[in-house]
Amino acid sequence: MRRPGLFYCNGETAMETLLSVKDLKIDFDQGKRFVRALHGVNLDVAKGEVLGVVGESGCGKSITWLAALGLLGNRARISGSVRLDGEEIAGMNETDLSRLRGGRIAMIFQDPSSSLNPVHRIGRQINEALKLHRGLTGAAADAESARLLDRVGIANATRRLREYPHEMSGGMNQRIMIAMALAGEPELLIADEPTTALDATIQAQILDLLTELRRDTGMALVLISHDLGVVADMSDRVAVMYGGRVIEEADTGSLFDNPAHPYTKGLIAALPDIDGPRRRLESIPGTVPAPDQLPPGCSFAPRCAIASKICDAAMPGFLPFGESANHFAACVKCREEAPFGEAAPGEAVKPGLVPA
Amino acid sequence: MSELLKVRDLKRHYEVHVPQGLFGRKASLKAVDGVSFSIEKGKTLGLVGESGCGKSTTAKLVLGLIPATAGSVEFAGTPVTAKHDARWRALRRRMQMIYQDPLGALDRRLPVVTQIGEPFEIHNPEMSRVERTERASGLMNAVGLRPDQAMRYPHELSGGQRQRVVIARALALEPDLLVCDEPVSALDVSIQAQVLNLLDDLRERTGFAALFISHDLKVVRQMSDRVAVMYLGRIVEAGLPEDVFLRPQHPYTKALVSAIPTPARRGKRERIVLEGDPPSPVDVPPGCAFHTRCPIAQPSCRNTVPQLVSSGGHAVACHLVNDGAATAVQAAE
Amino acid sequence: MVEYLLMKIFRALVTVTLIVSAAFVVLRLSGDPAIIILGPEAPPEAFEAFRRNWGLDQPIWVQYLKYFAAVFQGDLGVSMRDGRSALEVVSERIPLTLAITLPALFLKLCIGLPAGVTAALYRNSWVDRLIMMLSVAGFTVPSFVLGLVLAMVFAVWLGWLPSGGSDTWAHAVLPTVTMGLVGAAVIARFTRSAMLEVLGQPYIRTASAKGLLWRDVVRTHALPNAAIPTLTIIGFLVGSLVAGAVVVESVFSWPGVGRLLVNAVANRDLAVVQVILLLVGLTMVGANLAVDILYGMVDPRLRIKRLKAGS
Repeated sequence: MRRPGLFYCNGETAMETLLSVKDLKIDFDQGKRFVRALHGVNLDVAKGEVLGVVGESGCGKSITWLAALGLLGNRARISGSVRLDGEEIAGMNETDLSRLRGGRIAMIFQDPSSSLNPVHRIGRQINEALKLHRGLTGAAADAESARLLDRVGIANATRRLREYPHEMSGGMNQRIMIAMALAGEPELLIADEPTTALDATIQAQILDLLTELRRDTGMALVLISHDLGVVADMSDRVAVMYGGRVIEEADTGSLFDNPAHPYTKGLIAALPDIDGPRRRLESIPGTVPAPDQLPPGCSFAPRCAIASKICDAAMPGFLPFGESANHFAACVKCREEAPFGEAAPGEAVKPGLVPA
Repeated sequence: MSELLKVRDLKRHYEVHVPQGLFGRKASLKAVDGVSFSIEKGKTLGLVGESGCGKSTTAKLVLGLIPATAGSVEFAGTPVTAKHDARWRALRRRMQMIYQDPLGALDRRLPVVTQIGEPFEIHNPEMSRVERTERASGLMNAVGLRPDQAMRYPHELSGGQRQRVVIARALALEPDLLVCDEPVSALDVSIQAQVLNLLDDLRERTGFAALFISHDLKVVRQMSDRVAVMYLGRIVEAGLPEDVFLRPQHPYTKALVSAIPTPARRGKRERIVLEGDPPSPVDVPPGCAFHTRCPIAQPSCRNTVPQLVSSGGHAVACHLVNDGAATAVQAAE
Repeated sequence: MVEYLLMKIFRALVTVTLIVSAAFVVLRLSGDPAIIILGPEAPPEAFEAFRRNWGLDQPIWVQYLKYFAAVFQGDLGVSMRDGRSALEVVSERIPLTLAITLPALFLKLCIGLPAGVTAALYRNSWVDRLIMMLSVAGFTVPSFVLGLVLAMVFAVWLGWLPSGGSDTWAHAVLPTVTMGLVGAAVIARFTRSAMLEVLGQPYIRTASAKGLLWRDVVRTHALPNAAIPTLTIIGFLVGSLVAGAVVVESVFSWPGVGRLLVNAVANRDLAVVQVILLLVGLTMVGANLAVDILYGMVDPRLRIKRLKAGS
């Protein structure tokens, strides 16, 4: 049942872009005015790769992907381009878009127990996806639902299909959400804080399951999380978001070993560790500015230790950093301190990107 | 040793109605089932465990907010009970609590400076209004709130600022013990670090002891002098954070510690993944409660409940660990 | 579940008993039926005979015990006004009341539910604002005012419909419409908020993310969940079918149970009042019970009561 063209990339071969988000902007209708929540986001997901997206609440990490799938409702005004395998899907009509949702692109969410409909049985909810995307009904759908539950590690699948979400634990419900996502045999799974509501040992189970499924099916994964540890553990590449923009993007190793942006550095330093000696945490002063009160230049400048006048002048361009080929950061100051690989502003801009 | 808080064999069971058959059956939910620990003056004990392990119930029992089914809590030599009389109120002044949700702990209709000064109003009514406001302003400064935020209402502040307000109010009467129940779980990483550092600084300055409860091992390790790991109402391992988190003995702690993803661990993890969910506290398995999920459980683990046995200040409740330890001593601490 | 239902029924019966008892006492303390029925000019002997005849000369608690003893034997008393069985007097009015309340209920549901759902789906649009404006108007204007306005327009000015009486089906139109409009306003408002609550739930987003078209998300995921709270108010409306028309029946001189109640209270026709109250209580209780059972059928979460797990 696998679609042609779906293959697994191990990160070393040249990767084919699956989903490409270009200059995505979102404005929310606040009644009297529009407030911009996303200020032109550019992100690519290659076939089979894991892209981790980190950031604190309100940075835009979830709405980027909800907007890409047209799930933000009519209060959001969206501009920019979202291409799936080269085909523009931003602004697509609902019928065509709904075929992609849960089909080529599936999504799972933070709170699995309230993400399932409380009045329908598990089986009915999975069957619904099977009917939409694979035309399965009746006994065939039941059999496939049972197989999917089995696939995500739920024992007694046939009996479980007849149960309701409230009869299961949060971890089980997240497995069911994953089974439902697999029903459409997606090429891309967007997981929005998939383990945030779960306990540590259950989180480990779900992360293992996602890794295993990805290995077997070759689907790409966008892992949205506020937890640097989860993202570091799972991702091939990481994008860090702040104030509705991507401020740094790199291969996972490069990002955590050699972070460029002061915000990324701050996030890593603010995190207590479980191994190694205990140290005092380095906190980032201040709070995230409200979306309608962003400073004119770099939105992190008011909290930044190394900010200077130049940072307030304009939003810095998203430019290469360091030796790694895929490392970009939106910071004017980081290159002054960087030991190597300085790039003059304006040159070698990441392909396909218009400097802000 | 000056023990400020002494908890002995504390239990809290709830009668619950379990749906079964036509009328269901009565059962006992063992939220906390025999917990003992003590906290010295100025020290912090971290209590860690997953949801339903009984850590929050323990906090409520320690403060006498709910009555214990069995066992005792002693604060500075005085027993703490759930009888809310004058003696309890006098104790309560010296034991304060902060919660996960600061917005729920604050009054939406009062400016924050008034709320920070409230403890003086309750416990020290003869204090003048001017002095009260002055003291409250001092506290605001101590927790890093700006003077211009004094007249703000809780909803006008960010999550981190609200938690600062709650901390300031809790520290107003200079308590000896601060019980913190998931104080940073609702906060973003950068704000979490601010609040943790603040608590650390304030502890250094005023010398309060703390019972620090969290599901986050990293946070608990950061804050604690000693830690205890709970599973289904019991402490399964306790000791110095270095011992418990870097050299865990109990198979549950081992799994818990190995399950924490961190940036430093990326790529070289050896995650022990436990199967299944924790059993319901209504149906605690016989013998070692962990044996249903334990990767190394022996048949004998089903029979007797393992005792917490201490060796060199590191206590473990596991048959497989303790039977091997020759110089095992019954845990007193 | 059986235990739970028995408990509910028992509580409901206690409620009904309390209502009837309260009415019993209040009615007897607030006016002498003898004077009201015989008229103040009647000779003293007539009063005495009347009181002895109806047992009104006995202490009130004796009357009360006798009344309940009779009720349990199925004897609901006799109308003081015309000497017929009170049950009979009331029963013959029930069909007349149902003749306007049932169509009114139909009207309430047919207007209220779609209006509420539409308002929620097009939240903050002009459609929503229009529906909500009408809804607020519908339940802030008392039904007698609305009734009088409708009577003035359609009976007096236009002369299309009769303003009172019960001779033809045309007489039923205005009372039915009056009740229907008021009820529809209440249902619309209630349905809208139930629907908005449901539309904000994460499982609605899941349903969209799974690839369902919006109309199917609404149909298969939003409506069944929004139906749960809406059931409560529908149950209440069904419960008031028999006696919910007091005001409207009076305005339009419709000879149903409601108007009978008003007259019986005015005349201190004690047995008739008691029968009506009993009837109202029992229909309310029955409707509530039906709602509880339906709840269990619609909401699987109530079938197995969740364990309260404290940590």
